[in-house]
Amino acid sequence: MTDLVIDAQGIGKTYGKGSARFTALADVTVQIRRGECVAIVGKSGSGKSTLMHLLALLDQPDTGTLAIEGVDTRALNARRTSELRNRTFGFVFQQFFLTPGTSVLDNVTLPLEIAGVAPRVRRERGRAALAQLELDDKAGSNATDLSGGQKQRVVIARALVSEPSVIFADEPTGNLDTATGAVVEETLLRLNREQGITLIVVTHDEDLAARCDRQIVLRDGRIVSDSAREEVAA
Amino acid sequence: MRAADVVTKAVRNTYRSKLRTTLTVLALFVGAFTLTLTTAVGAGVTDYVTKQVASLGADDVFIVTRTAETTTDGPAEYDPETSSASTGTTGPGLPGTGASDPITEADLDEIASFDGILSVDPVQTAAVDFVQYDDGTKLELTISPTSSVTNADLVAGEQLDEGGDPQLVLPADYVDPLGFGSAEDAVGSTVSIGITDVLGEQHTVEATIAGVSQESLLNSGAGANTALVDELVEVQSAGIDSDDPRYAIAVARFDTSLSSDEVAALKAEIIDAGFGAQTIQDQLGVIKTVIDGIIGVLNAFAVIALIAAAFGIVNTLLMSVQERTREIGLMKAMGMRGRTVFALFSLEAVAIGFLGSALGVGVAALLGTALSGALSAGPLAALPGLTILLFEPASILGIMLLIMAIAFLAGTLPARRAAAKNPIDSLRYE
Ligand SMILES: Nc1ncnc2c1ncn2[C@@H]1O[C@H](COP(=O)(O)OP(=O)(O)OP(=O)(O)O)[C@@H](O)[C@H]1O
Ligand SMILES: [Mg+2]
Repeated sequence: MTDLVIDAQGIGKTYGKGSARFTALADVTVQIRRGECVAIVGKSGSGKSTLMHLLALLDQPDTGTLAIEGVDTRALNARRTSELRNRTFGFVFQQFFLTPGTSVLDNVTLPLEIAGVAPRVRRERGRAALAQLELDDKAGSNATDLSGGQKQRVVIARALVSEPSVIFADEPTGNLDTATGAVVEETLLRLNREQGITLIVVTHDEDLAARCDRQIVLRDGRIVSDSAREEVAA
Repeated sequence: MRAADVVTKAVRNTYRSKLRTTLTVLALFVGAFTLTLTTAVGAGVTDYVTKQVASLGADDVFIVTRTAETTTDGPAEYDPETSSASTGTTGPGLPGTGASDPITEADLDEIASFDGILSVDPVQTAAVDFVQYDDGTKLELTISPTSSVTNADLVAGEQLDEGGDPQLVLPADYVDPLGFGSAEDAVGSTVSIGITDVLGEQHTVEATIAGVSQESLLNSGAGANTALVDELVEVQSAGIDSDDPRYAIAVARFDTSLSSDEVAALKAEIIDAGFGAQTIQDQLGVIKTVIDGIIGVLNAFAVIALIAAAFGIVNTLLMSVQERTREIGLMKAMGMRGRTVFALFSLEAVAIGFLGSALGVGVAALLGTALSGALSAGPLAALPGLTILLFEPASILGIMLLIMAIAFLAGTLPARRAAAKNPIDSLRYE
């Protein structure tokens, strides 16, 4: 059971009230094992981001239950939820979300700073993460001065600096040209392969989805296919 | 997140939108600058008045008159038992004494009989013609009637010795015209005082200069100790004894070990007996109230400037919160807690408050000190001992803390906005 990093049972999300009520996600059940690489695909507005936000504890489901590493998230208070997110998850978003006017290293070490890690340790681990992405020479640069591909690699360095067990990536290559997108894609998959970090990636990119172990397809807030279940079923 | 990191981050954030921060800081600067100057004026004037109080008298005396206190509201009701016709001439130059009925020897005995009163002395006046040193110029001189109970604001020498030989405390502006080289030279010298008796004959009396006093607003003239006053009064009366001497005022010394409540009780007792009794503090209360009132109005203007500046802070930070929506969302997504976000923004407000207040206070102190020096040397030279702008470290610190507190309060609204942001809404924000 500890092998399950994420165990979501029948989770759903409804936005708005009255006539504006809109069910973005309905009765979704997914179980993700440690070390898996999962692609969430589907048309725009199908609820991919909504599902990812729920799984990443950025939002609460209206229905169903969710357990992270065996812990029922309903039992956690706000502080424990924040801590759990900080410790367990790393995030890569379509927009880079780098703090302008701040050094690359400071951007990368932000999760550690939030966790209350001492400055010296922060710098060491930040440099190590940057070295892993071959960005060590950019540590002192202003984050705004980097190219798109470099920025996204900085974001990945930031996502892995706290040694999370899961990295969530929402359209990580959406903002990049094909070549740099391929580099970022390769980097994420290598982390999954070599360090066993669970990778949950929301993407439109069929290539990237195909390179993942498992594809979950959403339509109108429901799972229409999950390659893992088909395997089981097959 | 570590407290030190929160502070560093907050301070760094203030530098991110430089122009906006600068403008807000300027608004605070104006408030801090004004408040520092008005407070300094208040402190300077109060300090001057306090020195004057000391020159007016010891704090263990009542100035006793035969009427009700002049500080009570409205005219006193006529009572044939206690009232007698007033002459309408003012009493001898002490604020608050006013026109009064005379005090008789019997009254003096009555006052002396109160518990806690150590001694009662009538204040005698001697009309002196001139003072002269060593055959030099004869100068007109007034002897301050209450000098035997007051402490002069000395430039040189010592206070009057009540037990000893006839002594004089000379106002500083007499030093030069009398022919002394300096105030220090004058101390210890003997001067002649000319006085005309009731029969019209002029005499001279010798006195030693015990000290030289700063000119004072409230207590003018030379000081004379009891021995000198007695001698002058004796010469003045030309040996004619009045059976029933009458005095405008008397000075009653009370036990210094009495608590302030006991002093108040004693004062009430004396007043009940039909006298007016005021301590030096009472007499200065009115002046202080007026000064405090003026300073209060000035401070109110400064505070209005600060309130305007506070809205500037609210505006600046609301814009920052809006601008950093995504950043806040990201930090929250990465596990930063709402209260840390709150701390970040309210500390940023405090940092802005610190910048504005430190600049305002600093510039005010520098400019003010220079201005104060120039004023003392120029237009205010007639009031020696007055430092019109007095900067006290405690009040400067107080002003800075006040402004930082106002900034903090102003920052709480945007900070709460920021803290309440939902990470997803922030991440979806374009
Ligand atoms: N805060 C919200 N209030 C109301 N409706 C919302 C809200 N957030 C999302 N939705 C709706 O929920 C549905 C799913 O949104 P979601 O962002 O999950 O789609 P998506 O699959 O990620 O699409 P895309 O590929 O374009 O990013 C959409 O129809 C969207 O309009
Ligand atoms: Mg999306």
